[in-house]
Amino acid sequence: MVDDKSYQAEALIGQDIEAYLAAHEEKTMLRFITCGSVDDGKSTLIGRLLYDSKMIFDDQLSALEAASKKSGTQGEAIDFALLVDGLAAEREQGITIDVAYRFFATEKRKFIVADTPGHEQYTRNMVTGASTADLAVLLVDARQGILTQTRRHAYLVHLLGIKHIVLAVNKMDLVDFDQARFDEIVADFADFAASLNLVPPLAIPISGLAGDNITDKSPHTPWYQGPALLPHLETVELAEDAAQNAAFAMPVQWVNRPNLDFRGFSGRLAGGTVKPGDKIRIVPSGKTSTVKEIVTMASDGTLATLPEAVAGQSVTLTLSDEIDCSRGDVIAAADNPPLAADRFEASLVWMDETAMLPGRAYELRLGTQAVSARIQTPKYAVNVNNMEHLAAADLGLNEIGVVELATDRPIVFAPFAESQKLGSFVLIDKISNATVAAGMLHFSLRRAHNIHWQAVDIDRTAHAELKGQRPKILWFTGLSGSGKSTIANGLEKKLHANGKHTFLLDGDNVRHGLNKDLGFTDADRIENIRRIGEVAKLMSDAGLIVLTAFISPFRAERDMVRALVPAGDFIEVHVDTPLDIAERRDVKGLYKKARAGELKNFTGIDSPYEPPEAPEIIVNTTELSADEAADAIIAYLDKN
Amino acid sequence: MPSLTHLQQLEAESIEIMREVVAQAENPVMLYSVGKDSAAMLHVAKKAFFPSPPPFPLLHVDTTWKFQDMYKLREKAAKDAGMELLVHKNPEAEAQGINPFDHGALHTDMWKTEGLKQALDKYGFDAAFGGARRDEEKSRAKERVFSFRSENHQWDPKSQRPELWSLYNARKAQGESMRVFPMSNWTELDIWQYIRLENIEIVPLYFAAPRPTVERDGLLLMVDDERFPLKPGEEPQMRSVRFRTLGCYPLTGAVESEAASLNEVIQEMLLTTTSERQGRAIDHDTGASMEKKKQQGYF
Repeated sequence: MVDDKSYQAEALIGQDIEAYLAAHEEKTMLRFITCGSVDDGKSTLIGRLLYDSKMIFDDQLSALEAASKKSGTQGEAIDFALLVDGLAAEREQGITIDVAYRFFATEKRKFIVADTPGHEQYTRNMVTGASTADLAVLLVDARQGILTQTRRHAYLVHLLGIKHIVLAVNKMDLVDFDQARFDEIVADFADFAASLNLVPPLAIPISGLAGDNITDKSPHTPWYQGPALLPHLETVELAEDAAQNAAFAMPVQWVNRPNLDFRGFSGRLAGGTVKPGDKIRIVPSGKTSTVKEIVTMASDGTLATLPEAVAGQSVTLTLSDEIDCSRGDVIAAADNPPLAADRFEASLVWMDETAMLPGRAYELRLGTQAVSARIQTPKYAVNVNNMEHLAAADLGLNEIGVVELATDRPIVFAPFAESQKLGSFVLIDKISNATVAAGMLHFSLRRAHNIHWQAVDIDRTAHAELKGQRPKILWFTGLSGSGKSTIANGLEKKLHANGKHTFLLDGDNVRHGLNKDLGFTDADRIENIRRIGEVAKLMSDAGLIVLTAFISPFRAERDMVRALVPAGDFIEVHVDTPLDIAERRDVKGLYKKARAGELKNFTGIDSPYEPPEAPEIIVNTTELSADEAADAIIAYLDKN
Repeated sequence: MPSLTHLQQLEAESIEIMREVVAQAENPVMLYSVGKDSAAMLHVAKKAFFPSPPPFPLLHVDTTWKFQDMYKLREKAAKDAGMELLVHKNPEAEAQGINPFDHGALHTDMWKTEGLKQALDKYGFDAAFGGARRDEEKSRAKERVFSFRSENHQWDPKSQRPELWSLYNARKAQGESMRVFPMSNWTELDIWQYIRLENIEIVPLYFAAPRPTVERDGLLLMVDDERFPLKPGEEPQMRSVRFRTLGCYPLTGAVESEAASLNEVIQEMLLTTTSERQGRAIDHDTGASMEKKKQQGYF
């Protein structure tokens, strides 16, 4: 089955090696996986590809012939499968138990094949093989048709984001190259593919054993109009070429500082292209600069620069400004940088004997970042045989699920569907150091608009972003004994329970410290409120939801505080309890003392109270309990 | 935009791997065997960290039986790269005078396998780069790029860590180590093409020249120094030979060839029909010999 092309190549090697080598230096490289059930003929197909592309040497061939007779399954004929079944243990069991990588080349491309196992307990190996593949060859035995295994592998290929699928209907020689059988299998798969939103694959009728439609169109399938397998593999688009169209992004692996005069940032382009002079932004810091040079070493060991670098290249960049940038940062196009966030939804493939533990901190690696991450109980697990969603308390070995996870600090990311490099991650057990899971980010659970941070501004927004909340000042005002502190206290507990970062300022923690020098004259009351207002403002700048519970009788001071913070962040809560009711309650016995003249300047008695004219919230304590009032305020906060 | 060529892709991947090791490991080292694969790997390392020199030393596990030309290039290559060269010889093997003529498999075991373990332990290296390629041999085809070794330097093919995308996990406990194979996805032809494209200096033994040789057990052996024990009646003959792989000279078979230039060597390689390791005595015994050696700690 050695085709004409090989003979031509051989002639060129003999006559003009220089021309041959020059041509072969221009080859591209495609990585693909083969998957299918145990007996679908994967190893035979790979052996066939190696054989047809002349990658098997004479000594290997004679060893193969001897081995075929001894333990082969093809009688006296060569058992190609023996070429690729590697480990001794496997040879005994007659199965492939791990990912094996094979290499062959044609005139146009070098190929790396990940041979992945077909049986159930090794999903993790298939996922491993698929993670670096541009294309998947899904093998189906023409006699068996689409099996559960086929569907499982197709799902995994889809999950791992492989854009090109070849449905290779194998062993066509055993069904007499029957077109009807082929069409039936293709239609069967198409139904399934549609349910997964898979791109329709290219279906090719082949025989790995006999070599039909491998390198050339087979005379046995005149009804088949498409390309043979190898010509298709030689022309399909490479994932890295597609990545060149994305925005420039390069995770920094290593900072290169040979001396004080040189500071370069080394990494491999995850996407896009970059040229000297391009404006860049460091994420997550947000600092901007321009690319000065793309530095590399010339063959003679001297410094050379590149006019451009593209996705997939490993380079060292120098920048025109001295700015902070280290391993884990991403250098990106200034006008289109990736986002940063700390809570995500993701698909997870569990790969360890020890099941996932919700709540445990694992090390998460994404690009060159390493952070601590906690996973919540899965939203659901996926039955890989029929894609049904199942309830799950955890994920065990080879189980796949959708989870929410939180990192201990924001990480730079992109959804996996947009960027393989910035959307894929692994989880590592911090005790055993084993890689326990592979993940693909769907999206962040909060709007990740923190990306245009200006470098120096760790401002109100930045603080709030980290806490995942909008800072507010909830300013409770009302007569003494109206219920301000009670409601504010209850409200704070509820907010805290909801994961909000809060702080309650009231007479207890302010009058005894910050304001202990102040009395109850009008001037002191004003100064009291001014100070409380400033403190509340600082705390809200720090990202907190601040609750204040003071009589704060004067409209002017309340409005002064309102003006300190952005519109909408000051919420005036009028705890509206009529004087007679407050006085009747008289929890602390203050009204009695005031009426008796023992307390001077008591609001409502001998000092005025100016009720708010347009408070955001009015709480009528004669109608609502403190608890109901707190709920009403939360309802207001949720709406605004 | 043009696609990257396969050599550009391979180089970019190898550079990424080397930088990951430097970023993640505490005390990395590059095993340097002076062969063409080591030469290509060292060249990639120089490019990966340029203008810094590669931030790790070179380690040669010496058996004292390498070709003289290899010792010459070893010193020069380290100097050119601006790297420290560490040479380790197993003191027990030295004391016992272990040699390939009298001791057979024990020679490889003591000088190479044990010698390597000793050197890694002596310097406390936690990551060692090796130039092995997956296309060399079946068990290598299944090994990870970051290959985890137990405290006893053992490789367990059944419990390899999954290795996904380009997210390499170099975490390990005290005493454990990693072997890292940045050239995993290169083939022999890729290495030759890269050497040609980048003009990398290699040991002259790869090129054909008249050399004194004797024929033994089907192998053409070069009489590289006076330690070669000639059998009665054995007379070294000058033959035009070259080597496809380099190791201990008494264990490395030459091929008769007239290919004296790089292009001619590649041409001959492309037209040849025997695989590379056939020149090495080590692989001949059984189909699974390399896998066994690796479980014992051979690189």
